[in-house]
Amino acid sequence: MKLHATTWQTVGPFFSIGLSRLYRDNLAGPGVAGEPVEVIGQILDGDGKPVPDGVIEIWQANSHGKYAHSEDLQEKPLDKGFIGFGRVATDLDGKFRFTTIKPGPVPGPDGPDGNLTSQAPHLAISVFTRGLLRRLVTRMYFPDEPANTNDFVLALVDPSRRSTLIAEKTAEASHTLKWNVVLQGHNETVFFDC
Amino acid sequence: MAAIAGYRRYAPGTQPPYLHPPYVSSEKRAPSKPLVYLPHTLSEITGPVIGADFCDAKACDLTRQHSGEPVGERIIVSGRVIDEDGRPVRDTLIELWQANSAGRYLHNNDQHNAPLDPNFTGCGHAITDFEGRYRFVTIRPGEYPWTNSYNAWRAAHLHFSVFGPAFATRLVTQMFFPGDPLIPFDPIFNCTADEAARNRLISKFDWDTTIPLEGLGYRFDIVLSGREATPFEDHPHSHGVSK
Repeated sequence: MKLHATTWQTVGPFFSIGLSRLYRDNLAGPGVAGEPVEVIGQILDGDGKPVPDGVIEIWQANSHGKYAHSEDLQEKPLDKGFIGFGRVATDLDGKFRFTTIKPGPVPGPDGPDGNLTSQAPHLAISVFTRGLLRRLVTRMYFPDEPANTNDFVLALVDPSRRSTLIAEKTAEASHTLKWNVVLQGHNETVFFDC
Repeated sequence: MAAIAGYRRYAPGTQPPYLHPPYVSSEKRAPSKPLVYLPHTLSEITGPVIGADFCDAKACDLTRQHSGEPVGERIIVSGRVIDEDGRPVRDTLIELWQANSAGRYLHNNDQHNAPLDPNFTGCGHAITDFEGRYRFVTIRPGEYPWTNSYNAWRAAHLHFSVFGPAFATRLVTQMFFPGDPLIPFDPIFNCTADEAARNRLISKFDWDTTIPLEGLGYRFDIVLSGREATPFEDHPHSHGVSK
């Protein structure tokens, strides 16, 4: 290694000037396979106050568990027009909303017997706000998903905090999930060193 | 399936802490619990591919987005996006935003008592070329006051957002200008412990990219996390990442 990665700086309060061009609150256009989901949530600070100047980015696999990226070598189909990227800003109440399809399971690390493990369906999330000097990385998992039990990333997290990574159903048979991002304090979301 | 080569973690001290009390806004937004170490998986070594079809080739010139010319000093900001091993990061999107020459952002929440410029939006983007190069033509942004503390001023800066090849390589940073007297007093610039790392955020004046009778050149190279060596593959059925 000859160089060091450039130092992060905050997005500040005026990021929408530069980032709004790529706001994408609907990740899956018409014809993209998979179970539709709507995710609603709120970013909250250490006082429980909404964060009106935040933006989150979503990265996810398609419904087959395939990423639209050259390093995903799995023999699974790609969906035309699905790039797996979303970006949404919070509103004055700190709320955000996006629609997508539930991703399929993706490969995890090799297991002890040399066989590939599988990760439960999840969204990889970056959180940026004024006041955050660098992004926060987290994940959103899905409720009522049996694969969560064996997910190796959820297993890295203290059981008392795992629920912060799993969205809640808003009603039986509803496609709408609720998932808040709590930056600090009681019920603080689990963030990762990525 | 082969073991995965992740991306390198940041060298100690070279990145800001989340909590930096001189930057008052960090106090209620910094996580209070330790981060959980996330080994890189397929989810982190892949990442959004925002190709040329999302981009406008003219968006790298912020001085030609309106019918008239923006007020201020025209500058040429260029450099390379490379990884920690010096390899070019090709075809990656750079997003840029900034204040105008009077230190005012085109944003409803910017209450600074300075004029907006009808010929300047302060937003651009570019895609790096085969050598990782990028180039913007813009206006040198003004310094501006903010409410962080009494008589607080931000040093002049440009905001850069870069994707790189993977979720793990995402970077948002700010570029500063050499000789700016506000730099020692800027709590955001000074949030990083390592002095050399901080100073790499200061661009370099550059004769080679200065255009006679047109504008001064500043160089700013952006370095993204490098790749770990491919792990030793001890499973008999492994068949290599780059098959």
